[in-house]
Amino acid sequence: MIRFLAKGLIRDRSRSLFPLLAIIITVTLVIFGIGFMEGAMNNFIKGAAVVSSGHVKVVTRAYKKESDQLPNDLALFDTENIIQTLSQMYPDYFWTPRITFFGLLDVPDEMGETKEQAPVFALGLDFFSERSRQVEIWELEKCLISGQLPKNRDDALISTKLAKQLGLSIGDHVTLIGSTMDNAFTTYNFNAVGTFNLYKGQTDRQMMLVDISGARQALDMEDAASEILGYHHSLYYNDEEVVTMRENFNLTYSDSIAQNLRNKESYDALSYMTGWNKISKIEKNKLPKQRSDALSDNQMYDNAEEWEDLSVEDPAIFSPTMIALRDGSQLATMVDFSNVAMGVMAGIFLVIVMIVLWNMGLMNGLRRYGEIGLRLAMGESKGQVYRSMISEAIIIGFVGTLIGTILGVSLTYYVQEFGIDYSDAINQLSSGTMVMPNVFYAKVTPELYYIGFIPGVLATVLGTMLAGLAIYKREMSQLFKELET
Amino acid sequence: MKNILVLFFLFSFLFPQPDQMSADDIMKAMDENLNAKSRIITSKMVVRGRRSSRTIEAKNWVVGTDLAFTEYLSPPREAGTKMLKLGDKLWTYSPQTDRVIQISGHMLRQSVMGSDMSYNDMMEDRPIEELYDATIEGSVEVDGRDHWIMVLDAKVKGLSYPKRRSWVDKEYLLPIKEELYAKSGKLLKTASLHGIKKVQGRWFPSKFVYKDELKRNSKGTEWIIDNIEFNKKIPDSRFSKALLRK
Repeated sequence: MIRFLAKGLIRDRSRSLFPLLAIIITVTLVIFGIGFMEGAMNNFIKGAAVVSSGHVKVVTRAYKKESDQLPNDLALFDTENIIQTLSQMYPDYFWTPRITFFGLLDVPDEMGETKEQAPVFALGLDFFSERSRQVEIWELEKCLISGQLPKNRDDALISTKLAKQLGLSIGDHVTLIGSTMDNAFTTYNFNAVGTFNLYKGQTDRQMMLVDISGARQALDMEDAASEILGYHHSLYYNDEEVVTMRENFNLTYSDSIAQNLRNKESYDALSYMTGWNKISKIEKNKLPKQRSDALSDNQMYDNAEEWEDLSVEDPAIFSPTMIALRDGSQLATMVDFSNVAMGVMAGIFLVIVMIVLWNMGLMNGLRRYGEIGLRLAMGESKGQVYRSMISEAIIIGFVGTLIGTILGVSLTYYVQEFGIDYSDAINQLSSGTMVMPNVFYAKVTPELYYIGFIPGVLATVLGTMLAGLAIYKREMSQLFKELET
Repeated sequence: MKNILVLFFLFSFLFPQPDQMSADDIMKAMDENLNAKSRIITSKMVVRGRRSSRTIEAKNWVVGTDLAFTEYLSPPREAGTKMLKLGDKLWTYSPQTDRVIQISGHMLRQSVMGSDMSYNDMMEDRPIEELYDATIEGSVEVDGRDHWIMVLDAKVKGLSYPKRRSWVDKEYLLPIKEELYAKSGKLLKTASLHGIKKVQGRWFPSKFVYKDELKRNSKGTEWIIDNIEFNKKIPDSRFSKALLRK
């Protein structure tokens, strides 16, 4: 039966070609549209994660509060230990320390006097450790415009925009003028070994990348880091998983460290009391905890407005706390908005496509009004005609969707690999704080392999079913009348 | 007897008693105590951070208000760092980079070695009499000693602190405590002087404490004078840029 119907469809092109083309085009568009939106969003999140937020990051509570000012005096200490703990707690993620700092980049002339000077936004990344994936996630080999990647502690990569502004060439020495983590004035020489372009709008306008060992030396931050960034090994951002992770870390690990820091501070404060040395060891262990708990219950930690001089600076501000990507400035809104917007856009797109195909099914049914009448007059039952029409719609819908899916996935894959370059528009649009990619890449996701069947098969079949209902309304006597005319 | 009275009157006119001093007289006396033709100072700066404290030792050579040279002696990271002030210009040299860099513009507002003092604070050491108009707000007893409360308003544009309130000890003629305000009236810094003693015929503090009131939880910076010599001859070569690299 199917063979018979297929033959009929191939022979009568008016029944197969136009519907098939319409289905192929719409399914291709649906698949590419969804793949492109998914890819663009993923790209945007990945860009923000790599440059600023990680999928998740760990900073001190005090640093989190003042993070806009990049307060390295509030940085994390003992980072190696924290990274080890994080790796054990969350083995699906890899962790990397980072120092983020502002300063001035000073280029000397032959006499060592200032020739050019410009503000710089610098990142100290872990390039050299064995487990490092920084070159890979920053795609530095692709982004390197000239020179080479850092090989030594004092090597620096300068963005092409900054290098152009300063008139820098590969091999030049530049002096960083900045502040140490003690807020002391510092100067440090770096060698410009390469230039890069991140292709993310104005993000890298004033950017310099150095190894974290060089940044630590320059800013006097031995085994310290502004933040520790975590990325899922697959580099795919799972918002739900990360939010759970953040809740879990802050409620267990972070709080227990905060309690330890408070108790230690209480112990130090109490040890100044006269008679402290005369009390028992058991009391010495008990009293600090009681003091910290009392200060906490009375909200006297860091509450100068209410308690004035009696307020106590909370040592817990230096305990590590975890921040999810969505917690970063504007990113939560962006993630939520994009999820909703993508859902709405995909939904609208699907509905429109379904209406088009449904309409096509209807039109097809109506166009064959005479043929159906003839078939009924020749003795075919109404049910047989109806079923054959639906079968035809299934065949056309299936074949069209299959071809459309192959085309759509291929097109999406092409854009996933090569992207679409929007450099000019993005350079005008994006600011230094928002990481906007210049090249948009699509993303082939598993759902693309079946999403096309919803409009492609379902809508066509539904349209045909609706049009076919008219078959049952036709009377035999009326059919002969129609044949006469 | 009449002659004695006339002499007494003349002496009291020439050497005014503390309560008879005008605001200008007090400012002049403070300047005379704090400034000199030249000074050579060995000092320690104790910078109290939120997590740790650091002590930085330095030696300063100062001539008048325009020339100053500072060499940092310790800790090892700062040792060998030098600073030169010539008029309104300031250069710094760091042995790690072997670069002489002029500190200008917004960098002058940065902290010196992480302390509560800025480079601007270091630059502004002209006599207060030249910079401010003073009025006496009243008298007060602090720690059993009589003080004037004086309000100083800038008469020169562009000062870091257009308004100051000083508690001036009537005997030492030194501002024992000062509040430094912005033009808006916001308190920016406080300073206090401690351990006042006579040095070469003048009252001089052995410790200054500065506190940046804009830094949350700032514990202040102590500047402890280990040794000070006034009016000692300092050769002009001390204030050359070439000396920064030596």
